[in-house]
Amino acid sequence: MPGPAPLLVIGCGNLSRGDDALGPELLRRAEALRAPGLEVLEDFQLQIELSLDLVGRELVLFVDASVAAAAPFEFRRLHPARDESWSTHTLHPEAVLHVFQVVQRREPPPAYLLAVRGEAFDLGKPLSEAATRNLAAASAFLARLVGDPRPEAWQALAAAATVAPTSMARERE
Amino acid sequence: MSTSVDSPNRLETAADPRSLRRVVIEPLTRVEGHGKVTILLDEEGRVHQVRLHVVEFRGFERFIQGRTYWEIPVLVQRLCGICPVSHHLAAGKAIDMFVGARRLTPSAEKIRRLMHLGQIYQSHALHFYYLASPDLLFGFDAEVSKRNVIGLIAAYPEVAVKAVKMRAWGQEVIRVVAGKRVHGVACIPGGVNKPLDPTDRETLLRDADTMIAWAKEAVDLSRKLYLSNPEFQEKFGVFPSNYLSLVRADGGLDLYDGGLRARDASGRTIFDHVDYFRYRQYVDEQVKPWSYMKFPFIRSLGAEEGWYRVGPLARVNNCDFIPTPLAEAERKEFRNAAGGALQHASLAYHWARTIELLHAGEGIKELLLDPETSGRELVTQGEPAREGVGVVEAPRGTLFHHFKIDEQGLITKANLIVATTNNNEAMNRAVRSVAANYLDGRQLTEGLLNHIEVAIRAYDPCLSCATHALGKMPLHIELVEANGAVIDTLARNGDGSFARG
Repeated sequence: MPGPAPLLVIGCGNLSRGDDALGPELLRRAEALRAPGLEVLEDFQLQIELSLDLVGRELVLFVDASVAAAAPFEFRRLHPARDESWSTHTLHPEAVLHVFQVVQRREPPPAYLLAVRGEAFDLGKPLSEAATRNLAAASAFLARLVGDPRPEAWQALAAAATVAPTSMARERE
Repeated sequence: MSTSVDSPNRLETAADPRSLRRVVIEPLTRVEGHGKVTILLDEEGRVHQVRLHVVEFRGFERFIQGRTYWEIPVLVQRLCGICPVSHHLAAGKAIDMFVGARRLTPSAEKIRRLMHLGQIYQSHALHFYYLASPDLLFGFDAEVSKRNVIGLIAAYPEVAVKAVKMRAWGQEVIRVVAGKRVHGVACIPGGVNKPLDPTDRETLLRDADTMIAWAKEAVDLSRKLYLSNPEFQEKFGVFPSNYLSLVRADGGLDLYDGGLRARDASGRTIFDHVDYFRYRQYVDEQVKPWSYMKFPFIRSLGAEEGWYRVGPLARVNNCDFIPTPLAEAERKEFRNAAGGALQHASLAYHWARTIELLHAGEGIKELLLDPETSGRELVTQGEPAREGVGVVEAPRGTLFHHFKIDEQGLITKANLIVATTNNNEAMNRAVRSVAANYLDGRQLTEGLLNHIEVAIRAYDPCLSCATHALGKMPLHIELVEANGAVIDTLARNGDGSFARG
């Protein structure tokens, strides 16, 4: 039986909540690339069992809306970090990697985050105009990533990013 | 439910809030669904007012109105990324009434029950192992670096592995029924859309005994933790309350269907076996000026005395028995710990939650072995109607879905009461109780403030309908004078570090 696809793209978000749909929308575009060795996985919110989906992968990409990322998007390497949340609703990608580390007792595959700037998240609303523009830019970048799914290529792109990585502790103005 | 001067509930509204300093505990996010705790202190640091503000989701009626009723079980899953199955099933039960199918075929009902128990199992496993255990094991004043899953792993190394696998198994139960583990669909008007696949059934059964055994371990651990410090458990967030839940016709625990039962703090029955279609005759909602979230209450007792708790503690308190043997044995121990009386401690929620986790595991196995669950008569219908109510016991408590449609089948009215709303007053009481006992007259520290968080965590409030978008803010505390001037700030960052300034 063949193993899991080497490249996993995980998108999460709520299609009915305005710019929260950025993650699933970007995932659709990833699927449309029909790239060999690519698997997409959509979820509403990140949860600890998602760590099991990382097993056997060579490269993992999380795609998501972000209220803190600079427009149009940010791309950065992720590292395992424990979650200090007070709620089961707020798991971040680094925590998923951390769960992998603990459960599998080894380092997770290289993982990256493509965070697309979102502005409005009202229930029942479509993507905002700004989010639509940001999605287009992110889609082009995503195609570039999928076109060259080598860890060293992605690391070079992350290092070359002109925008500072999003900090989980940074306050939004 | 006293409001005397000695009662923590005197802390809902201070006599002169303008003269007090305000401490705000707030996860600063830009999205709905997050909570904020405000504490007003006097110059000596004594607590004078405590309120929990939870921003309820808005826009639901606008989102739903005008839609066809058969879309509802799919649409409502978008309300919450954590409990979509609960909304799917509650909405499914409501729209059953539109096609006159109050009672489904045995196979359809058991397939829905299977999905529901899968969700209960994975939700309770996540909450207990990943969220609550670190606090319970290491104490609320322990260092943040220890009071997390890393510390848990060091003490109980196999726990994290089990938590993830239990979650995955519960999610697989959902996937088997609904076709996908997220955004799947099982409910159609009057039944379900597909039978149980025999191969999937065998796959799930293979792990069932292990999942039940692990759930039993969770009960053993939570019981041990709870009983290890009875003096503390009797002081932390303890207050009498009414309880509301569904029960079976014979009084047994039932998480999917049944009649509404309400009991008061002494265990006296307020009402019993009420058809939930008539819930409005028994339950109403109060609005308070300082919170977006409503405060449901039992009508016959009035707004001040009629508030109640829902969820694991309410269900285990309310039922006469649990119809699965291992969980029933644990329920008896639970009641015995309080001398046969009802348990009122907020932290007893954790113990009750693991009993339900065990019940869910047992129930899933029973359903998988039941030939009717694999049956193929899946849809029924009867005399159509234009009003439907669906009620289930979601992981966090009783969930009400209420819809009306016009002659074209379009939704004209929608009302939801979610579990976290049902527990709104109770969470406020828990926070006030903790603040009165642990913050009054003492210097604010991260550990003390975590006592407040622990009280809230016990209720596992659903940040319903919130977007999860990245960039959520750290936990932020502001010390604010009554005139709005910020005196001091504290921030808990996402990595657990704590900053003052």
